[in-house]
Amino acid sequence: MSSTTTATASKMWGGGKSPFNVEYGKLMMWYFLMSDAFTFGAFLISYGTIRFSTNGWPDPNEVFRSYPFASEGVHAPLVFVSIMTFILIISSVTMVLAVKAGHEMDKKGVVRNLILTILGGLAFLSCQAWEWNHLFHEGAWWGRNPFINHDGTASSTNFTNFFFTITGFHGFHVFSGVIINIVMLTMTLMDKFEKRGHYLMIEKAGLYWHFVDLVWVFVFTCFYLI
Amino acid sequence: MAHSEEHSGGGTKEILRVTLILTVLTIIELALGFWMMGMPLESTSRLATKITIIVLMLAKAFYIVGYFMHLKHEIRNMIMTIVVPLALFIWFITAFLYDGNSFRHLRNTYDPHFKEQATIKVEKKEGEHAAEGKEARPAEEKGAAVEQPKH
Repeated sequence: MSSTTTATASKMWGGGKSPFNVEYGKLMMWYFLMSDAFTFGAFLISYGTIRFSTNGWPDPNEVFRSYPFASEGVHAPLVFVSIMTFILIISSVTMVLAVKAGHEMDKKGVVRNLILTILGGLAFLSCQAWEWNHLFHEGAWWGRNPFINHDGTASSTNFTNFFFTITGFHGFHVFSGVIINIVMLTMTLMDKFEKRGHYLMIEKAGLYWHFVDLVWVFVFTCFYLI
Repeated sequence: MAHSEEHSGGGTKEILRVTLILTVLTIIELALGFWMMGMPLESTSRLATKITIIVLMLAKAFYIVGYFMHLKHEIRNMIMTIVVPLALFIWFITAFLYDGNSFRHLRNTYDPHFKEQATIKVEKKEGEHAAEGKEARPAEEKGAAVEQPKH
C-alpha cells in the first residue's frame, strides 16, 4: 500500500537486469509460438466442434490404411502415420543435439545434427506428399469425400476439409521449418555464429522446430487415433 | 554475451531419457489405437481408451515443451507468461465441444431430416466422383462391407 507514494518516477522499465534471463529474440519466439498454438488450437477445436455436432464420422482406420508400394486393397491402419510420427520425433532429437552442440561451440556437431534434422523434415514432407497424393487419387480433396461414416451412413465433406486444411497448415509449418534450418546451416557453414561468439540463433530455430513436432503430436492424435 | 553456459540445463543423458519416454508413449498410444479397433462404437470402453490417448498426448506435449524446448529450466516468471495464457484453452475446448454436442442433440430432437440421415446406410460412393473409374474398386469394397450389417 505504501509503495504507491514512491511511484512519482516514470513507470517504464529502466533497463538493467533482464527479468527472464533470456535474450529478446528467444522470448519473442516463445510468444510467437504461443500465438501459433492458439491458431492451431482454433483449427483443432473447430474440427472437434463440428465432429461433436455430427452424427457419425469416418473411421480413420479405414481412410488411412495404406503405405507406399503397398498392393491395392491393403489394410494397414496406423502403420504409415506411425512412421511419420517417429521421423518427426527423431528429427526433434537431432535438433536438440544441434542446439546442445551450439552451446559447446562445436561447429561440426551443429552442422551434422542440422543436416540430419533437415533430412528428417524432408522425409516427413515426402511422406505427407505421398499421403495427400494417395488420398487425392482415392477421390478425397477439399469439397469431396469418398469415405463413408463408421456406421455405414453418408459422410459430409467436413472430414476431408478439416483433414486437408489442418495437415496442410502443419505441413506448411514443417516446410518453413526446413527452410529456416537450411538458413541456419548456411550461416553455420559461413562461420557467422563462430564470429558472433555464440550459437543462440540455432536455439530459436530449434524452438520453432520442436513446436512443429508438438503440433504433430496433437494432429496425429486428433485425426488418426481418435 | 557469455550467456551460453548458464542455459545448458539438460545433458545428453536427459535428451536420451526424454527420447525414450516419447518413444514409449507413442508406442502405447499406437497399441491403444490398434486395441480400440475391436471395440464397439459409442461404447464406454472406446471412450475410456480415447481419453487415455488424450492424456498420453498431453504427457508427450509436456516432455517436448519442458525438456526439448527447455521451458522447464527457464525462470518461473517466464514460464508463467506462456503457460497462464494457454489456460484459456480449458474454457475454449470445454465451451466449444459442449456447444457442438448440444447442437447435435438439438438437431436430432427437432430436425427429422438430420436424424434420418444418420440412419440411412450408403450402398456405394456418391455419384459425383464416379467419373474417376480407377477408384471404383475401394468403393465397392466399402459398399460390400457396409451391406453386411444391413440384414
